[in-house]
This record gives sequence, C-alpha cells and structure tokens, in this order.
Amino acid sequence: MPIRIQTEDFDLGAEVARLRASQPQVGAVVVFVGTVRDMNEGASVATMELEHYPGMTEKALQAIVGQARARWELVDALVIHRVGLLQPLEQIVLVAVTSKHRGEAFAACEFIMDYLKTQAPFWKKEQTPQGARWVDARVADDEALAKWGPLAALPGPAAAPAPGEPQP
Amino acid sequence: MHIQLRFFASVREALGTAEENLVLPAHVRTVGDVRDFLRQRGGVWAEALAEGRALRMACNHQMTGAGTAISEGCEVAFFPPVTGG
Repeated sequence: MPIRIQTEDFDLGAEVARLRASQPQVGAVVVFVGTVRDMNEGASVATMELEHYPGMTEKALQAIVGQARARWELVDALVIHRVGLLQPLEQIVLVAVTSKHRGEAFAACEFIMDYLKTQAPFWKKEQTPQGARWVDARVADDEALAKWGPLAALPGPAAAPAPGEPQP
Repeated sequence: MHIQLRFFASVREALGTAEENLVLPAHVRTVGDVRDFLRQRGGVWAEALAEGRALRMACNHQMTGAGTAISEGCEVAFFPPVTGG
C-alpha cells in the first residue's frame, strides 16, 4: 500500500497501470482525484499552498489505508498527496483502490478520502484578491466520516474532537 | 522533563514559530497541561491556544486528547483542524 507525499505532479494513467501490473485478480479500479478549484467560499483562488506535518502525515495515511484494508477485501491501495504551491486545475490528491469486485473498491476509496479529509495533517492556504487565508475545516467533512461508524483502530486514543470542544 | 513542540498552519503563523525545545516543570504531565502552560505566556500564546479554540493536538505523531500523558523526549504538536484532500 504505497503512500507518497510529494511536491511534483502525478500521472494518473501511469500510477493506475503500476497498481494493476501483474494483478490479474483485479476486477475493479476506483480512483479519486482532488483538484484545485479557482473559486472557494465566494472568492477567486489564485494559488493554493499545502502544508503538512512530515512524519505524522505518512503514519496517518498508513493507518487510514490499514483501516480500509481491514474493512474491505482489497488487492491494493495507493495514496498520493501533493504539498507546496499549486495553481487552479492542478491535481492535489490521488486515491486509487483495486479489488476483485467494484463494491469494495468504491466503498474503500470513498472511506479513505473521508478519513483523510478529517484525520491526515494537511492544511490548505488560499491566495485570494483579499489576501491569503487558511481554509477552514468543514462540518460536512466530519459528517461524511461519521457515516462509516466507529473507527476502532484510529491512530491514537482521541482522534475525534474532545468533549465540549466547539466544532469548526 | 524535556519535550519537543511543533506548531503548524495558522497556529504556527500566529505564534511566529514552528518548533521549540521546552523544559517543563513537574506539574505539567499531560498534553492539556502543556497547552495550559504555554497559554500562561500570555499574548499570542494565550490567544492561539485559548480554551474555546478549535485546536488539534498530537503526541508522538498521534492525534490525541488533552488527557494524554506526556513522557521525556516526546513530541507534542498543536494545529488547527485539518483541511487536506
């Protein structure tokens, strides 16, 4: 289960081809690509800067993919997340999942993204005409994660907000 | 006890520092205690690490709650809710 944090772009076709190579049991490949939008929260976005927590990010992503593999029968999974300065239209993140049948791959790919959005230490900063601003976490992202039920093997005792803490 | 502090994103910018080596008094035993201890510096520290702020904490690369015990040489990080993907 490869995990990569990188500044450079990725080639979707080449990554999927590598993931499928010598895996004739694969019957389904589900891929999600997140990209930089030119508008967010009513403002035009000129550039986006991605910051991460080296060391912790890789561990969090490994734990996320490990959770997916424990829940569904997967052949393989790949997560690539870019950091640094990005422009609108550029690719930010790739999640690719292979399995024998499509149900597992669809579910696991969505699960990995929902989990990554709320638990992997990445932060986005947008450059807008009004100046630079950090992107706020969305309640919808926490709700998306909640639909998967209890996450028994989270990396740490309290990944959810502490009781009484206001939601972002 | 010696610990390593790390700060990220808006918290790092507000504090004007990304990391710090810190020697703690004996009464500071948990991640929450570290937050309280740093808040006592006042100014941007009191503001960025204030009680009501949505803040995430990690100890040795694991997201954690305020009650987690710290240990000699551990790495404690403070950052805002994450927004990747």
